[in-house]
Amino acid sequence: MIVAGCDVGSLSAKVAILKNGDMIGSAVVRCGTDPDASAKAALRDALAGTGLSAEDVEYFVTTGYGRKRISFGNHEESEIVCHARGAVAQAESVRMLIDIGGQDAKAIRFDEDGRVERYFYNDKCASGTGRFLEIIAEALEIELEDLGALSRQATKDLLLSNQCVIFAETEILSLVSEGMEIPDIVKALHRSVARRTSAMAKSIGLSHDIAMSGGVAKNVGMFDALQEALKCDMVRLDKPQVNGAYGAALIAADIVASGGNRPQD
Amino acid sequence: MIVAGCDVGSLTSKAVVMKDGAILGHAVVKSKARPWESAEKVMGLALENAGLKQSDIERSVGTGYGRGKIPFVDRTLSEITCHARGAKWLVPSVRTVIDVGGQDCKAMKLDPDGRIDKFVANDKCASGTGRFLEVMAKVVGVSLEDLGDMSRRARHPVTFANACTVWAQADVIRHLNDGVAVEDIAAGVNAAMTTRIVTLVNNLNVEKDVCMTGGVAKNQGILSGIEKQLGFRMKRIRRYDPQIAGAIGAALLAADGEEGEER
Repeated sequence: MIVAGCDVGSLSAKVAILKNGDMIGSAVVRCGTDPDASAKAALRDALAGTGLSAEDVEYFVTTGYGRKRISFGNHEESEIVCHARGAVAQAESVRMLIDIGGQDAKAIRFDEDGRVERYFYNDKCASGTGRFLEIIAEALEIELEDLGALSRQATKDLLLSNQCVIFAETEILSLVSEGMEIPDIVKALHRSVARRTSAMAKSIGLSHDIAMSGGVAKNVGMFDALQEALKCDMVRLDKPQVNGAYGAALIAADIVASGGNRPQD
Repeated sequence: MIVAGCDVGSLTSKAVVMKDGAILGHAVVKSKARPWESAEKVMGLALENAGLKQSDIERSVGTGYGRGKIPFVDRTLSEITCHARGAKWLVPSVRTVIDVGGQDCKAMKLDPDGRIDKFVANDKCASGTGRFLEVMAKVVGVSLEDLGDMSRRARHPVTFANACTVWAQADVIRHLNDGVAVEDIAAGVNAAMTTRIVTLVNNLNVEKDVCMTGGVAKNQGILSGIEKQLGFRMKRIRRYDPQIAGAIGAALLAADGEEGEER
């Protein structure tokens, strides 16, 4: 049985392909303006090297911000549900997931089967989302990918006093002009985002183990800062960025196995 | 008695020189990175405007974001106190003051004697502050003044889904790329701004008369937008620049001999 999950977010499209429950292919592509085209590109990349074609995929579950605009989906599922499902399948001890995306952040608490208990979602304020990191990286002329390594070179504990991205950007630029070291500033930036996301997670009650998903989870500086803010060791997922797509694919497998019964039906 | 008030804000610095309850000179300058430089410069201009020199000032009060770093004042007082006093002097019937500055938004309710009853403030989030307008004007590529004027020529104002300055900025870029008229974007920016201000103000039980102070009070689009949402007209400050209300209040409080933090 071949199934797939497709997660189209605001910044990237992710696809995971499962063959008899095992992930045999996955891909992440940067989103263009057309979610459907981005999803198709991710699917093509995920299929590459598997020897399969799109026609071989029996069932598609779509999720994410752009899910309603994907033309080839068989079923839509909320990303909260998909992320919870994906996380437990990736690491069975995980009961809480913090997902920091490009334009939102979520904290999801779930049971041992990946059923969602409570969640908190922020897409109202850019602070605490990946966009904060992007804007500051741009202002400091640093590659987004380099933020994590830079923050590990920090020698001082700076604290940003502004939570608002707009105000923090000004604050950071004045720290630079005052001669503060970039690694120290980058670490302060991660701690600032972590302060915001950890508060969100605490508001729904922490449940251990905690893992992190989303593209930002690849950033070690962010991971360190979140562990510090939550005062615990967190679980590292092998594929944090395709976690939602993986969850979607697992749900697709469930639907096929149950003879086409959709979860809500 | 000759007194002075100096209000060093995040974006602009203001100074007023008064004698026996009348304004002799005033000035507004863009704030520099160092608050003391802004203070010296703006006070120098206000004194020049009044035809006086620093040694003529008997008492002075500093206020604003940078008040702790003004070298020449005797005392410092909070912006809330100074804006309330300044607004009361400018509009004697005022009971609610809305002050929108470059980096914050405050609203104060005054009792009939001008004492502060209650106040609310946002200085955590750029949305609903002058900074929001500044960011949007920059994205659209027009001056702050033009943004206000343009909004009045809008035919189909856009609506922003979200108050966050960062997200609204992305929306503006998308609208520009889609070929939406800049006038319609400007009107959307003003509407988002006024909604945010009125949401804050409504945390007070607003009483008339209402007036607006601060740099944003010079933007007619914002003023009328707030009036539309409040459902009544505000008292317009016409005698003087509404941006100097805090500095006026500081000068008046200096004359009163108001106890502040001594320097």
